Amino acid sequence: MELQAASPIAKKTSRYVLAVWLFCAAIFGALIPGTATAQTLEELLPVLAAGSYGEKSEAISALATGGDSRAIPVLQALLDGKLYARKEGDEVIIVEPRGDVLVLRDPFTLSEIGQAAKVDLDRARVNNRVRGVIRTALGVLQLSSEDASVRLQSAEALFRTRSAEMIPVLEAALAQEEDAKARKEIARSLAASNLDFATDPGVRIAAVLELETHIDREVRALLAALVADINAEEAPDPAAIALGAQAALSIIEIDQRLAGWAALGNILQGISLGSVLLLAAIGLAITFGVMGVINMAHGEMVMLGAYATFMVQALFRAYAPEWFDWSLLVAIPVAFIVAGGIGIGIERGIIRFLYGRPLETLLATWGLSLILRQATRSLFGPSNREVANPSWMSGAVEIGGGVVVTYNRIWIAVFALMVFAMLIFIQRRTKFGLQMRAVTQNRAMARGMGIRSGRIDALTFGLGSGVAGMGGVALSQIDNVSPNLGQNYIVDSFLVVVFGGVGNLWGTLVGALSVGVFSKFLEPYAGAVLGKIFVLIAIIIFIQWRPRGLFALRGRAVEQ
Amino acid sequence: MQMNTSHRWTTLLSDRGGMILLGILAAAAVLVPIGNLLVPADSVFHVSNFAVSLIGKYLTFALLALSVDLVWGFSGILSLGHGAFFALGGYAMGMHMMRKVGDRGVYGNPDLPDFMVFLDWDKLPWTWYGFDNFAFALIMVVAVPGALAFVFGWLAFRSRVSGVYLSIITQAMTYALMLSFFRNDLGFGGNNGLTDFKDILGFDLQAQTTRATLFVLSAIALGGAYVLARMLVQSKFGKVLVSIRDAESRTRFLGYRVEHYKLFAFTLSAMIAGIAGALYVPQVGIINPGEFLPAKSIEIVVWVAVGGRGTLYGAVLGAVLVNYGKTYFTGALPDMWLYVLGSLFIGVTLLLPKGIAGTIPDWIAAKPWRPRQPEPEPEAAE
Repeated sequence: MELQAASPIAKKTSRYVLAVWLFCAAIFGALIPGTATAQTLEELLPVLAAGSYGEKSEAISALATGGDSRAIPVLQALLDGKLYARKEGDEVIIVEPRGDVLVLRDPFTLSEIGQAAKVDLDRARVNNRVRGVIRTALGVLQLSSEDASVRLQSAEALFRTRSAEMIPVLEAALAQEEDAKARKEIARSLAASNLDFATDPGVRIAAVLELETHIDREVRALLAALVADINAEEAPDPAAIALGAQAALSIIEIDQRLAGWAALGNILQGISLGSVLLLAAIGLAITFGVMGVINMAHGEMVMLGAYATFMVQALFRAYAPEWFDWSLLVAIPVAFIVAGGIGIGIERGIIRFLYGRPLETLLATWGLSLILRQATRSLFGPSNREVANPSWMSGAVEIGGGVVVTYNRIWIAVFALMVFAMLIFIQRRTKFGLQMRAVTQNRAMARGMGIRSGRIDALTFGLGSGVAGMGGVALSQIDNVSPNLGQNYIVDSFLVVVFGGVGNLWGTLVGALSVGVFSKFLEPYAGAVLGKIFVLIAIIIFIQWRPRGLFALRGRAVEQ
Repeated sequence: MQMNTSHRWTTLLSDRGGMILLGILAAAAVLVPIGNLLVPADSVFHVSNFAVSLIGKYLTFALLALSVDLVWGFSGILSLGHGAFFALGGYAMGMHMMRKVGDRGVYGNPDLPDFMVFLDWDKLPWTWYGFDNFAFALIMVVAVPGALAFVFGWLAFRSRVSGVYLSIITQAMTYALMLSFFRNDLGFGGNNGLTDFKDILGFDLQAQTTRATLFVLSAIALGGAYVLARMLVQSKFGKVLVSIRDAESRTRFLGYRVEHYKLFAFTLSAMIAGIAGALYVPQVGIINPGEFLPAKSIEIVVWVAVGGRGTLYGAVLGAVLVNYGKTYFTGALPDMWLYVLGSLFIGVTLLLPKGIAGTIPDWIAAKPWRPRQPEPEPEAAE
């Protein structure tokens, strides 16, 4: 118990020591003359506002060694020319212009304390020398912050604003840093600063070798600039040649690693696109693949799912805004029921009269899709409806090497696989799935065994439509919810199902993922539209080679 | 040989629906231009300029529907990409007219069409070579769709891609073409397509005589294509096509090279669609990638389904009726048109599987207004 309580204090103390350490390092870096004793922000604030430039520099140094994180916004305000003192009373405040008035903030709490006219205030002046001291002090304070993410950001910023003064500060911070990410970032900034400002060739080569371990484009650009500089020299000395050679080697190394990351990024993006295609096509794999119904209104089932999401979110906004983050989870069963119910209605009302006439089914369902689209347009208007991302789907994570994956893409991929697993389970492990397979394989015999084939047809079609509706919930997160939403996916969905092999859910999975990954690998070379054209042509040619798709069902039937 | 030819003509003459169609076409080709050009504007019999272009447009659609009926109604190939052949024919004609605009464009460049000047191109792409020659353009009108259909069909029929699979890859084909034509880089005007045509063979496109002539040409093309298609389907070749439609494997086992028959019908049909496109573009004055939309191709199939597939004249009837409905509804009740079109799709497939041309003659033959005859009706052979 005591230990647990002690550890944050110990940590805080160590941070304080670090700040002193860092600033001493900065001083020994011969930046600021004079000595600095630890003084509080309250004591030093008037000096920052009204002291001479020399006094200000000393006060800033004192603040930096003080390690008080409250000094960060004050110093930033001083740097930005937003630190003022009242003409009467000498009170120091941070000022922020808002419209025509100046809003005053308390320098310690940053809360608003009123407004004032400019004539009543005196700005705290700084010169370039003081600005340099402030920047260093800010870097020191941020590098000694308790918050690892602040230290990380500070180190990142220092990579861009490299200066010789910061080298000892960074060295000291690196020695103290415990957080792995922040440590890496500090090492990168230090190496970059060493490369720019160090005079010892050995240190510079070591800096290049350190930079080589950081796989990103900024580092590559830095090294490329170095190589260009050395190449431009008339007669470079041997040390410079060695440095340039090492930098060139490092660039090659970084390029190779970057290419690896880019390939990984393409695969991830391809899986993401593939999971979107899978969601759009999986319902079709049931209605078209298993039942053989060419459902051109399939895209509209997806659209209905997206509109169901919109409706559910609107209800949540109106009645339970505090539960809004859960609206998508509620929308999934709602979309399933809405689209599935309409699907059952379509099957009973239209499609059951057209079994065995696939081409006529195509026409009737196309007509249906026109009606559904126009009805949606009449009800909800032709423009896009806004569907919000819940907070747990917003944001992104960087995997490395500049590859960023957004959370909503990850969730969609997970959701697609869950839906797929659910369908496989239903098809393989439930009584309904057994009856469904029996009816599609041999309707007459299934009826003979007592299966009500009409009911199974309706339920199967309802299942396929409902799954399409669930896909619509996911697609509403990444696409515009408009009456034409389904049309954007219908050609792709059919191609994925046909490519994978009609009647085979696994084929649809493999088809969707391979089309997704293939598209994303083509895109960097061909662009999005041309890439898509190539994919279409590739599938057309593939169908010539395997007219029944990737995983064709084996059978003895000559024709259906 | 003589016998054979005269036999053909008699069967052609015995085709009552076709004779009525050709009669109406001939009458329209004579009366509409007279009504437009000679009858004064205040007369009841005057045909307005608007009506001439509108009916002319319907005739090109009818020609397109005829080409679809030839493959769908008689060979069982449901093409969901015939709009692509129509559009390609249209583009070939549009490119010729574009070249003939010369320096009368907005930018006044004598060598390059406006959109190329706009895109900062300095010379004509090779794809445009030869299109300033009218005869070359006319050849391309049939050659480009024909070649595409030949290559596509040769690949597909040889691999025995049929039925639904074929429909879906034809749809993918027109979709891929649409995406390509939307790109500026392809050099066919991108999004905006080709427009602002001035004249054809030196005749001003805005002039009423030119429009009337285009109308007459459309009527002649439709009549000619009808006679050609009718003779084809009544020949032995046509009988083989129908047998492929009804029992493809059996026909193959009897020793016919099924893929050759299908390929010929498909290519011929694409060429007719190309001619329809070439007649369409000068009458409406624009061609853009929207013509490649998969939805448009599906709409063509509906014209044929409504009119009655496998009758040829039914396709013509369907195209004119559906498009008249479209003109009427989009003008009078714009929100209702898609409901009407959608219901038409569903209603025709459920209630009139043979279409208008297939159902009404049956209905007349059944003579429901007469007392029921004692002998039972023969079962319809499906």
